[in-house]
Amino acid sequence: MLTDYLALLLLIVGGFFFFAGTVGLLRFPDVYTRLHALTKADNLGLGFIMAGLAIQSGSWLVAGKLLVIWLLVMLAGASVAHLIARRALQRDITPWQR
Amino acid sequence: MALFYGFLLIFLLLNLLAGLWRIMRGPTGADRMLAAQLFGTTTVAMLVVMAQLQEQASLRNVALVIALLAAVTAVAFVRRAWPEKETSADAD
Amino acid sequence: MATLMSVLFDGLLGLGLVWFAWQALSSDNLFRAIVLFVAFGLMLALVWVRLAAPDIALAEAAIGAGVTGALLLAAMARLNVVIHEQATGNNETSSPPRRRPASGLVALLAAGLFIALAYTLYHLPLDTPGLRQAVSEQLANSGVSHPVTAVLLNFRGYDTLLELLVLLLALLGVWSLGQCHSQAEAATGAVLDVLSRLLAPVLVLVASYLLWLGASAPGGAFQAGAVLAAGGILLLLSGWRLPARFTRWPLRLLLAVGPLLFLCLALISLLLEGRLLRYPLAQAGGWILLIEATATLSIGAILVALFMGGNPEPGQPDE
Repeated sequence: MLTDYLALLLLIVGGFFFFAGTVGLLRFPDVYTRLHALTKADNLGLGFIMAGLAIQSGSWLVAGKLLVIWLLVMLAGASVAHLIARRALQRDITPWQR
Repeated sequence: MALFYGFLLIFLLLNLLAGLWRIMRGPTGADRMLAAQLFGTTTVAMLVVMAQLQEQASLRNVALVIALLAAVTAVAFVRRAWPEKETSADAD
Repeated sequence: MATLMSVLFDGLLGLGLVWFAWQALSSDNLFRAIVLFVAFGLMLALVWVRLAAPDIALAEAAIGAGVTGALLLAAMARLNVVIHEQATGNNETSSPPRRRPASGLVALLAAGLFIALAYTLYHLPLDTPGLRQAVSEQLANSGVSHPVTAVLLNFRGYDTLLELLVLLLALLGVWSLGQCHSQAEAATGAVLDVLSRLLAPVLVLVASYLLWLGASAPGGAFQAGAVLAAGGILLLLSGWRLPARFTRWPLRLLLAVGPLLFLCLALISLLLEGRLLRYPLAQAGGWILLIEATATLSIGAILVALFMGGNPEPGQPDE
């Protein structure tokens, strides 16, 4: 029962970060800030959801697989964010100033 | 718990559909591409939740494949469709 | 999941699918259409999952959303280079103006097709077992324990053989267009170097995992081949090029080994059992694994060669 509540909490937090990522994608003023929002959804949103599901699954093998998927998504997400941002700078897309 | 999974899935799907607006708006090609990246991550989350809900382990493999291939598509975008010198004819 | 929730989820998914497809088709911006197509592929993978078809979902994720996305982006880049070189003054990627009379007729035909499909769907019996009974009866004799793999590689092996040949034909079509233009790649930064070195082995590993898994769970040659192709594409994007001495016979051997082996085994089965593609019962599992392994290599090579966009052999006549 306690693990159920813990998993529930983790899943809700993960969902919140996904929502934050989407809001960031839609509302932030330029490419660079949107990339920032995207990687938060990747890292924290997916991480909390994976954590909640790992607890619910009750199997070390499943938890391990979820961990591997999360690590790969983070690796790919961070690298792609860097690549896109660097190329955007090279193409003279100026970061938003207040 | 299954009811909560259902809510979470619908919530994530709505998030995904909302991202369409960014694909339509742009303004740069990178904006569209990173919306697609977010779609990929959201789909991974949905698949992993469905794997738990429907007790189908194979869905985690689908999530793994999507995670990896989204990265390759994004690299293809950066290296092919968005070169350093802005020509008048490339991705936005 | 409660029925209302599943109806809501499936309904949203279906509407989203149609919406993405419509936006992709009616977009004037070619790049936007490609991104929408990739997103459409992801939604379609979810639809396959909801239709209880994880094998197709896996294939859609690997091929439809992944490899096809990279292929389309490379094709668009190549198309833009050609347009730019020709420089007729019109280098936009917008679609030509729509002609009015034809679109009315097309709309009418589409509406008619929709009505016919809806009528047929309405009258389909809801609960048919299909071939499930027949397949499960023969599953023990097929050599694998996953019914989809049994159907693809054993009961309907002929179809899979023809699919492999069709892929090869597609590659021949692309090669007939001329040499691949390996443009001078921009220098890769450290991040891309490290990413490709980390991800390429992971992709090979996942491909082998999917190949091995295919005997007992969703997986198999096409999915594994697509993931392998993604690894090859990643390497190509990071600046790796096929060394010149491999572009002639070794490449052709790799491309053809899948279909060739399948054909050879089909002929051997003709000699042994009197029927084309009837595997000997005791060795069925081993034969299927062999066919799938070589098919994975070939499919991966074919998809990477498609990404290259032309014949990589130096000194071929250009278009």
